[in-house]
Amino acid sequence: MAFGDWLVRLDRRWIFLTMGLLVLGPLIFPLSLPLHVTPPVQAFVDAVDKVPNGSTVLMSCDYDPASIPEMVPMTRTAFRHLLSKDCKVVVTVLWFGGPGLVDSVLTEVSREFPTKAYGRDWVNLGYKAGNEAVMVALGQGIVNVFPRDYRGNESNALPVMQHVRDYSSFPLLVNISAGYPGTKEWVQQVQGRFHLPMVAGVTAVSAPEYYPYLQSGQLRGLLGGMAGAAEYELSRHEKGSASRGMDAQSLGHVLVALCIVLGNVIAFGQRRRSR
Amino acid sequence: MSLHISHVFGVWCAAALTLFIFSFLYKDNPFYKFAEHLFVGVSAGYTIILNYWTVIDANLIQPLILAAHGTGTHPELHGAFAAQQGDYRMWLVIPAIFGALLFTRLIPRIGWMSRLALAVIIGVYAGIKTTGFAQGDFVAQVQASLVPLWNGSIAYTVNTVVFAVGLITSLLFFFFSREHKGGLGVASRTGMYFLMVSFGAAYGYTVMSRISLLIGRFQFLLETWLGLR
Repeated sequence: MAFGDWLVRLDRRWIFLTMGLLVLGPLIFPLSLPLHVTPPVQAFVDAVDKVPNGSTVLMSCDYDPASIPEMVPMTRTAFRHLLSKDCKVVVTVLWFGGPGLVDSVLTEVSREFPTKAYGRDWVNLGYKAGNEAVMVALGQGIVNVFPRDYRGNESNALPVMQHVRDYSSFPLLVNISAGYPGTKEWVQQVQGRFHLPMVAGVTAVSAPEYYPYLQSGQLRGLLGGMAGAAEYELSRHEKGSASRGMDAQSLGHVLVALCIVLGNVIAFGQRRRSR
Repeated sequence: MSLHISHVFGVWCAAALTLFIFSFLYKDNPFYKFAEHLFVGVSAGYTIILNYWTVIDANLIQPLILAAHGTGTHPELHGAFAAQQGDYRMWLVIPAIFGALLFTRLIPRIGWMSRLALAVIIGVYAGIKTTGFAQGDFVAQVQASLVPLWNGSIAYTVNTVVFAVGLITSLLFFFFSREHKGGLGVASRTGMYFLMVSFGAAYGYTVMSRISLLIGRFQFLLETWLGLR
């Protein structure tokens, strides 16, 4: 087991370097590996498609810069999807690190729609501390909780808010969430209590927690991590950052799987030798 | 393929800080420490300012100023204490006092007063969480678990049988009132295998999340900073 001994003594930095090169390579020279839209993602797309054109949708972007690679592509595509249906979008943020980031992403996407204006077609209400308490309070009035938007405007004075009272004003909640507070809390406090139909885009690390909600119908659709974001882009015929990252993602997974297999082979070998 | 290096100072700062953080993969060093400390300091300052302007100013100070003039978000009502849902006027002084009480922890002699505010916070959150869990998780998930085993499709039946076996045996794995021997032992062992499969799936997703972070940083360095096209 000379090879096994060598692997056991291998400096872990060689694994970091290999991972770095495997991720970097396909970003510079794309492999164009095939990608398919899975049922949870298709359900997400269908749920947004079913929203009547021109209606007002609530979008909660609950993340911060630490989860940009997974959350921002979802936010971009979902916001673009809604604006292309002439929907008006009311955006909230429950993570303190998020409002500036979310505002820049939404502003960037809205520039693709020259006829859409801030305050008339979409609004970023910004951040509010309080987690679940904010969610429950929004059910008693959106403007009560967010008297001013992220840019300092009086929420009441914005045209997009004229027909928004509480959750009953929205046919759908689109939640893009990186953890707490996020999808779980929206399901518990809002979907369950106010019966607001809901779809979610979540980080991969938290996705397994939300599949039961999808199976039970509490979530109408689910995007899980960068793969979910890439499939969403594919279904919308977009070539965004998530799609561009999927080749690197695949090669990274191959390396991790290889490390697990090799690690197990070595562990079994060492156990056999010790007997 | 060509390079179009960014001329934006902020992008260069972000790129340098990214490389400083990556340098930890080789070994701990002063550049990494600098980036780490800078992040902690900036985050703390940003949080305080954001909370002041978006919460304390918007939801407390401005409504109190309006209330002092006898008005509020419902202008048809007059009076500093003429409150209704969503327009609490001078009554906002009560939560403001509770909020201020939290800071009494800084003075040990009267620190006990902060417990009054904590009691309110814990009570409210316990209530919200309990009802939310009951509605969103417990009832809805039990309801969704009671599914017919046959709907005319063999694939559906196989799926639901696997689901039912997994659900019951996983629950039995956490039943500790009897020793896991005999039938209960077989069932709990089966449940353990189902749990291990779910841990494997969760690990796969965790790997995806972590690699995504690396991809995101590399995309920033290649596309935003170096302008590789």
